[in-house]
Amino acid sequence: MTCMFCERPATVHLTDLVDGKKREAHLCDGCARDRGLIPAGPGPQLDLTALLGLLGAARPAVSADPACPACGLTYGAFKAAGRFGCPHDYDAFRAALDPLLERVHRATAHAGKVPAAARAAEADSLRGRLRDAVAAEQYEEAARLRDRIRALEAQAEGTPG
Amino acid sequence: MNLDSLLPNLGEWLRGTGPESDAVVSTRIRLARNLADYPFTGRGSNAQKAETVARAKEAVAKADLPYRLDYHDVPGLPALDRQFLVERQLISRELAAVVEGPRGVAFDAQESVSVMVNEEDHLRLQVLRSGFALEEAWADIDRLDDALEARLPYAFHPQFGYLTACPTNVGTGLRASVMLHLPALGLTKQIDKVFRALQKINLAVRGLHGEGSRAFGDLYQISNQVTLGKSEAKILGEIREVILTILQYERQARTVLLKERRQAEQDRVARALGTLGSATMITAEETMELLSVVRLGIHLRLIDDVPATAVNQLFIQTQAAHLQKLVGHPLDGEERNAARAKYLKTRLRELGSSRQ
Repeated sequence: MTCMFCERPATVHLTDLVDGKKREAHLCDGCARDRGLIPAGPGPQLDLTALLGLLGAARPAVSADPACPACGLTYGAFKAAGRFGCPHDYDAFRAALDPLLERVHRATAHAGKVPAAARAAEADSLRGRLRDAVAAEQYEEAARLRDRIRALEAQAEGTPG
Repeated sequence: MNLDSLLPNLGEWLRGTGPESDAVVSTRIRLARNLADYPFTGRGSNAQKAETVARAKEAVAKADLPYRLDYHDVPGLPALDRQFLVERQLISRELAAVVEGPRGVAFDAQESVSVMVNEEDHLRLQVLRSGFALEEAWADIDRLDDALEARLPYAFHPQFGYLTACPTNVGTGLRASVMLHLPALGLTKQIDKVFRALQKINLAVRGLHGEGSRAFGDLYQISNQVTLGKSEAKILGEIREVILTILQYERQARTVLLKERRQAEQDRVARALGTLGSATMITAEETMELLSVVRLGIHLRLIDDVPATAVNQLFIQTQAAHLQKLVGHPLDGEERNAARAKYLKTRLRELGSSRQ
């Protein structure tokens, strides 16, 4: 694959998802550097606003700029600033978020500490699903749910408070 | 509390003790946390920011912790005091001068634990320790986090974890930074090779004052980039492995220096002390470079009459805001360089007379 701006082979590949539409950008090292995607100095962190800007520039902009119903931030404003406006943005812009998180963290799901309140709520919902699974005689699913509840309970004992 | 009372003390991170303190200055862990049901700081109104401040202050005051955290309002502080807190690593440059509106910081008397309120995120918890102490710092900050969480509803998402204003911090919200002193790797020109290797495994290298700052005095901060998809223990374990490897390289380089050019190093240390003790004008950068040489000299046992803590003391007290507080009035650039030289001369003379 060659760079979308010149003839050299593309070494930087970006994918973004907006409104269910996939957008791609392929650049060579030099063009990526020129557009500020790769910092010249030390520090491996991608420049988030440059990355978001380029993903937008690679294809014609989507006609409607979706906004968060809670804080009113538009996806365009997020792209320009690289900062979200409120916690609800993570759901409002979820479709675009997964490819971004994949690029920044090489992961899309949390695997660390869970606050006690969230742990209790999750265990409650899992217990409900366990009862349903048992009632429906889905024993494999029930065993899986039971293990997850036990893991949550073990975590609760490990971190008091 | 008057901030001037902190002046004669060294914060916990500068004690110069702790594990691996020949090459590890300090360990820092921070956690980014936000309150559910409020916009992030950057999009909050002043009234909303005042509310998050009030809630954070109350939680901090009532938190079940073995130490007390005193809250300081940042907008009410003169610019010099803000810079002073930046130099002591208790607040970020952003909280001091970039973000606006109601904001502040709470910290303990040891200057080991701090909570910034209304920086980019509503809460930035921080624990600083001297030497290489990731496990201890994690235990401290985990307890602080639990104590605050008991009184504040955090913004937490079942898939994304702790939600943060910037998606680069989402998940654990954890950034661990280890400040290393690597003069021998610098001298033997191996430092770039080490850093290129670090970038490949997604660890960041920065200067003393964080993002964008240049590395002065052979001080480097190594920190994790990835905050999502790994547990806190895994993130800390990965950093730990890398730091141990870098320490091994630095110590090898020090051994080679001692073996191959002991005399030249001895001379370099003596000249550094000479310049520090006799200059009449000196910049902060030059001071840091020279103190780095002295610090290496102490750990190579080329000199035995200057304690490591004294170097740390000179290092912090010669920074701009500290110097102006010591003198007791504001100084412009040239005056600072003269005041810095005078302070260094006096302090080194005191050290000299006490060792005879």
